[in-house]
Amino acid sequence: MIVDLQRFLAAEEPYWAELDRVLNDLESYAERKLDVEEAKRLHYLYQRASTDLARMARLPYEPHIRSYLEPLVARAYAEIHETRDRPHRFRPSQWLFKTFPRTFRRHGRAFVLALAVTIAGSTFGGLAIYADPQTKHVLLPLPGLQGDPSDRVRQEEADERDHLQGAKGRFSAMLMTHNTRISIFTLAMGMTWGVGTVLLLFYNGTILGAVVVDYVLAGEGRFVAGWLLPHGAVEIPAILIAGQAGFVLAGALIGWESPVSVRSRLRAVGDDLVTLILGVAILLAWAGVIEAFFSQYHEPVLPYALKSAFGVAELAALSLWLAKSGKTNEPRAGAEPIDG
Amino acid sequence: MAMARTNTLLIRTPEGVSFTLDLAGPITRFFAWGIDFGCIVVVASAVLIAVQVWSVITPDLAAAAGILLYSGVTVGYGILMEWFWRGQTLGKRLMRLRVVDAHGLRLQFSQVVIRNLIRVVDALPALYLVGGLTCILSRRVQRLGDYAANTVVVRMRPRVAYDIKSITAGKYNSFREFPHIEARLRQHTSPAEAALAFQALMRRDELDPQARVALFCRFAGHFKSLVTFPGDATFGLTDEQYVRNVVNSLFRTQTKT
Repeated sequence: MIVDLQRFLAAEEPYWAELDRVLNDLESYAERKLDVEEAKRLHYLYQRASTDLARMARLPYEPHIRSYLEPLVARAYAEIHETRDRPHRFRPSQWLFKTFPRTFRRHGRAFVLALAVTIAGSTFGGLAIYADPQTKHVLLPLPGLQGDPSDRVRQEEADERDHLQGAKGRFSAMLMTHNTRISIFTLAMGMTWGVGTVLLLFYNGTILGAVVVDYVLAGEGRFVAGWLLPHGAVEIPAILIAGQAGFVLAGALIGWESPVSVRSRLRAVGDDLVTLILGVAILLAWAGVIEAFFSQYHEPVLPYALKSAFGVAELAALSLWLAKSGKTNEPRAGAEPIDG
Repeated sequence: MAMARTNTLLIRTPEGVSFTLDLAGPITRFFAWGIDFGCIVVVASAVLIAVQVWSVITPDLAAAAGILLYSGVTVGYGILMEWFWRGQTLGKRLMRLRVVDAHGLRLQFSQVVIRNLIRVVDALPALYLVGGLTCILSRRVQRLGDYAANTVVVRMRPRVAYDIKSITAGKYNSFREFPHIEARLRQHTSPAEAALAFQALMRRDELDPQARVALFCRFAGHFKSLVTFPGDATFGLTDEQYVRNVVNSLFRTQTKT
């Protein structure tokens, strides 16, 4: 029992102040690393403050000291017992050529699921337009897509004016922000056990399938390939990766007979979710630029074959990057620790 | 880790020490969000004004920058503020709230990002109805974003300086004239009684006047039952001053000041 409170405070306050200083230092500089002696000192200070807190816990009439000590011990506990990596300087090349593609591959099954849902949606949309062309008034909400595809192609090819002159930047920025918001929403809907993600991907696939089949049936397959491929080769995979992230989140929630608690599962996928959505944002920024500055120009300004070839080349490069980049010294699948 | 009360998160360390975090309620959090929303509106408006000025020179580029910056502010405000202010936005700081890891560990960047991205679902269908309902239903007062990110929002306790000198020093104490009675007082007073009296003096301003008079009357009566100081030492003393002298005698003598 502490009898002499003032003497106790006089003896312990310097240690508390030192612990506070060390913690401020650690919290202010994320890359700060302690050497062995500093780490041992931190541990000693933490244990000493913990002991003081335990002693104060037996004195319910000393709430002020407890109020001071509890956050101090809590902060020290957070530093000492944290096993996840400390924040480190972001290295773009490392992230681009190792972290992102490895993360993508690690959750390959979620991507395949996103792709399957989108293909299912596309098939549905395509079949619906094929079976009943009138359904495009329901399936395609944009007025520009509801008319006759051949009329539109004729208009686009005959029009020598640059529709987007002086507005390409704004159009590009609008596409980037809109698609990024949709992607974030697709990820976030993983919190509905993936149901919302499935619906969004299916709907996206439905529109895509309906547009493509509508133009192909009208004999405008070359136009639609040249129109959609340059930006779609990046934009559609980006949306699929957002869906992949949504399914990763949903998978962590559901668990699939995992012995690990749901909190630990969510904790384990946190960094991967951020990596995936950051990758999506970068891909969509590229797609936005291509859509505004390249996709909207048709023959005779740009040959469809060139536009389609550009899209195919983009898709090949993207596939190669996601499949092969960072393969050297890659940790084997399942080697990622799940803290529990 | 366990839930001691519905509004408290109790964390037990492997060293056997427990500490508690006071969980913030949905109403307080809603007010904090209101302040943050105001901040976002102000910053976004400033961006739009800057873009209008810029658009005189390069209208398209200015419009593009405006759209990107506006979007960046609305999405990035919470992420950047919570990361650089260690779990706080302006609204949370004003409402004395902080986002912390649900296990008491260090808040990670990915946690900050996830809880802010899932906000789009929490905000559905309007005014954070989904988030508010999950907060009310959750034992840890977590919205969906907090659940996904393993975070909780806690109330910050004010740091209270523990200053014994403010009570025990610099004031005349008539009991000092009778050191032998002071020694007997120390002998008969338990540490708990001493600390209770000290706490009562520390918190005197928090008490209603009537309650304060009644409390110090009881304290004084108790200490008077332990020892009796001569009338010269107690003449004209209120009950509160009597207790103040007692605390001064107890703590001053122990520390040999």
